[in-house]
Amino acid sequence: MSSHTGTHEDENLPGERETAHGEVANRENPFADPGLPPHEPRKQDIDERAAKRSERTVALLFTVSMLATIGFIASYVIFPIDQMVTIWPLGKISALNFSLGMTLGIALFCIGAGAVHWGRTLMSDHELIGERHPIEADEETKQKVLADFHQGAKESQIGRRKLVRNTMFGALALVPLSGVVLLRDLGPLPEDKLRHTAWAKGKMLVNQNTGEPLRPEDITVGTLAFAQPEGLEEGSHDFQKEIAKAAVMLVRLEPNDIKDKRELDWSHEGIVAFSRICTHVGCPVTLYEQQTHHVLCPCHQSTFDLADGARVIFGPAGHPLPQLRISVNDEGYLVAEDDFAEPVGPTFWERG
Amino acid sequence: MKKLSARRRHPLAALVVLLFALAATGGLYAAFAPADEAKADTSAQSLAIEEGKKLYATGCSSCHGTGGQGTSDGPSLVGVGAAAVDFQVGTGRMPAQSPGAQAPDKPRVYDQKEIDQLAAYIASLGPGPSIPTEEDYNPSGADSAAGGELFRTNCAQCHNFTGKGGALTHGKYAPPLNDVDPKYVYEAMLHGPQNMPAFPDSVMPPEEKREIIAYLQDVNGKETASPGGFGLGGFGPVAEGMFAWTIVLALLICTAVWVAARTAKARKS
Repeated sequence: MSSHTGTHEDENLPGERETAHGEVANRENPFADPGLPPHEPRKQDIDERAAKRSERTVALLFTVSMLATIGFIASYVIFPIDQMVTIWPLGKISALNFSLGMTLGIALFCIGAGAVHWGRTLMSDHELIGERHPIEADEETKQKVLADFHQGAKESQIGRRKLVRNTMFGALALVPLSGVVLLRDLGPLPEDKLRHTAWAKGKMLVNQNTGEPLRPEDITVGTLAFAQPEGLEEGSHDFQKEIAKAAVMLVRLEPNDIKDKRELDWSHEGIVAFSRICTHVGCPVTLYEQQTHHVLCPCHQSTFDLADGARVIFGPAGHPLPQLRISVNDEGYLVAEDDFAEPVGPTFWERG
Repeated sequence: MKKLSARRRHPLAALVVLLFALAATGGLYAAFAPADEAKADTSAQSLAIEEGKKLYATGCSSCHGTGGQGTSDGPSLVGVGAAAVDFQVGTGRMPAQSPGAQAPDKPRVYDQKEIDQLAAYIASLGPGPSIPTEEDYNPSGADSAAGGELFRTNCAQCHNFTGKGGALTHGKYAPPLNDVDPKYVYEAMLHGPQNMPAFPDSVMPPEEKREIIAYLQDVNGKETASPGGFGLGGFGPVAEGMFAWTIVLALLICTAVWVAARTAKARKS
C-alpha cells in the first residue's frame, strides 16, 4: 500500500486508513480477532464527477423501467391475443406473450439493477458490526420467574389436591383421541376393490380407439391394441375409476415364441392380454417393442417380457403384469374368460 | 312382330331373354373394358418388379437374404408390404449403415422411382400393406383434437405427448416426429417399423390415422406456433424444472454473490 504514497490519487484520500484498526495479531496472541479490514473509499466517495455518473446511471435504469411499464400497458392494449410473429431465434410465437414478458421483465430488472448499482456505488459502504445480545437471561430475571412459578403452583394447590391433578391429566390424555377417531373419515376402506376389476367372464374386449369389439383377426403379429371391457362408457361417472384398473393391452405373438406355459394357455392363437398398469407404482406401461416383446415402464424403467409371462427382467417392479385370460365367443369376438387372477397395479400390504 | 309377340308366353321365352341379356352385358363389358391398358399395367408392374429385384440383389440381399427370407443380420421381408419399403428406404433408415440397436434416419440413398421398384419387388414376395395414397394421409379437415386423444392413448407413451420422442431399452429410442412427412407417419402406423408396434386399419381405422397426423402437424409441424416461445424441447415439467433448478438458480446465486461482493475501490490493491 505504501508504495502508492505520493501519487496524485493519494492526495485525495482521507487519512482514516492510516489507523492501526485491523492490524494483524501480535506475538502474544497469534489467533487474535483481526477485526475488519481498513475501509477503502470508492471512486464515487472521493470524486464527485464519478458519483454524478453513478447517479445518472441509476436514474437511467429507473427511467428505462418506467418506459418498459408503459410499454407493457401499451402492448396489452395493442396486440390481439392470437397474433403470432416470427422472432429469431424463438420461432413463431405470440406477439402478446412476448411483448408482455419482455417489457415486464425489463421493468423489474431495471428496478433491481438500479437499486443494486445505487447500493454499490453511492450508499455508504462502511462495514459495521452489530453485536448480538446474549441469549441467557440475567440472574435477576431467572429468580423472578422461578419465584412466580412456585407461587403459582402453591396457590393452585396442584401438589396437595391429587384427585384434581390426576383427573386433569386423564382428561388431557383422552381428548386427542377424538381427533384420531375422526381420521377414519379420510375415505372409505378399499375393501376388496383392489382385487377386482370390471372384467368378468364373457365380457368382450372393446377397442379403445374405435369403441368396437375386437376380433382375433384384427390383431396381426406386431400389432399393439388397447382394450377396455364392454359396457364401460367413456364419460360415465366411474369410467376413470374403472379404466384405471381394467386397461388392457393386446399383442399377438407367435405361439412358438411364448415361453410361459400358463401364458400360452390363457392366450388365444398367440394373442395375449396384459394389464397396462405397472406393478411398481402404477404408471401406464405400454412402451412395447414388437421385436423383443419387451414392455418398458417410462417412470422407473421396469421392463417386462411379454413372451415369458410378463416376467420382470429389469427395474424395481415386484410382480409380473397380470394376464387377462381370453378366448373367443360364438360370434367370433374376443372375450375375457375371467377377471384378472391377481390384483392389478402396485403392490399393497394385504396383497399377499 | 306378331310372330314374336305371339311366342312371348312360350315356356322357354324367359330363358331366351336371359341369354340375350347376358350376351348384351358381356358384349358391352368387352367393348368398354380397358383391356389393353390392363395388359400394359401388368407389364409395367412386372418390369418394376424385375428392376426392383436387381436393386434388391445389390443393395439389400447381404442382410435380408437373396430371396428376402432374412438372415441372422436382417429380418425376413416376406409380407412386410410396399409401405414398409417406402418408409424404411424413403426415410433413409435402410440400407442400414451398421448393425446396431436401431437404424437411424438419414439422407436417403435411392430416389423415389427406385424405391417404388424395390417396393414392387418386396410386395411381390407376400401380401402386405401397400403404399398409401395422398388422400389417405392428407390431414386437411381431420379433427386434430380427436387425433390428440388418439395420440395420447396409442403413441405418447414412447413418442412423448407432443411427439418429441423418447428413450427405450438397450439404446433403442422412439424418434422425434418433428416435420415428418405425413406419408411416412401413416406408413409407420400401418406396418410398425423396427421395434414400433403396428396399428393396422383393423385396430386404428384410416380416418383416425389422419386425425393423428393432423394433431402432429398442429403441435409439432414446421408451421406450428409456440405461444410461449421457449419450449425447452417440449418435454414438459421435467425439463422445465431442471432448467429452473440448475441454470436459473445458479444464475441467481452468482448474481447474489456479485451484489454482496466488495465494490470497486478507488485504489487498486
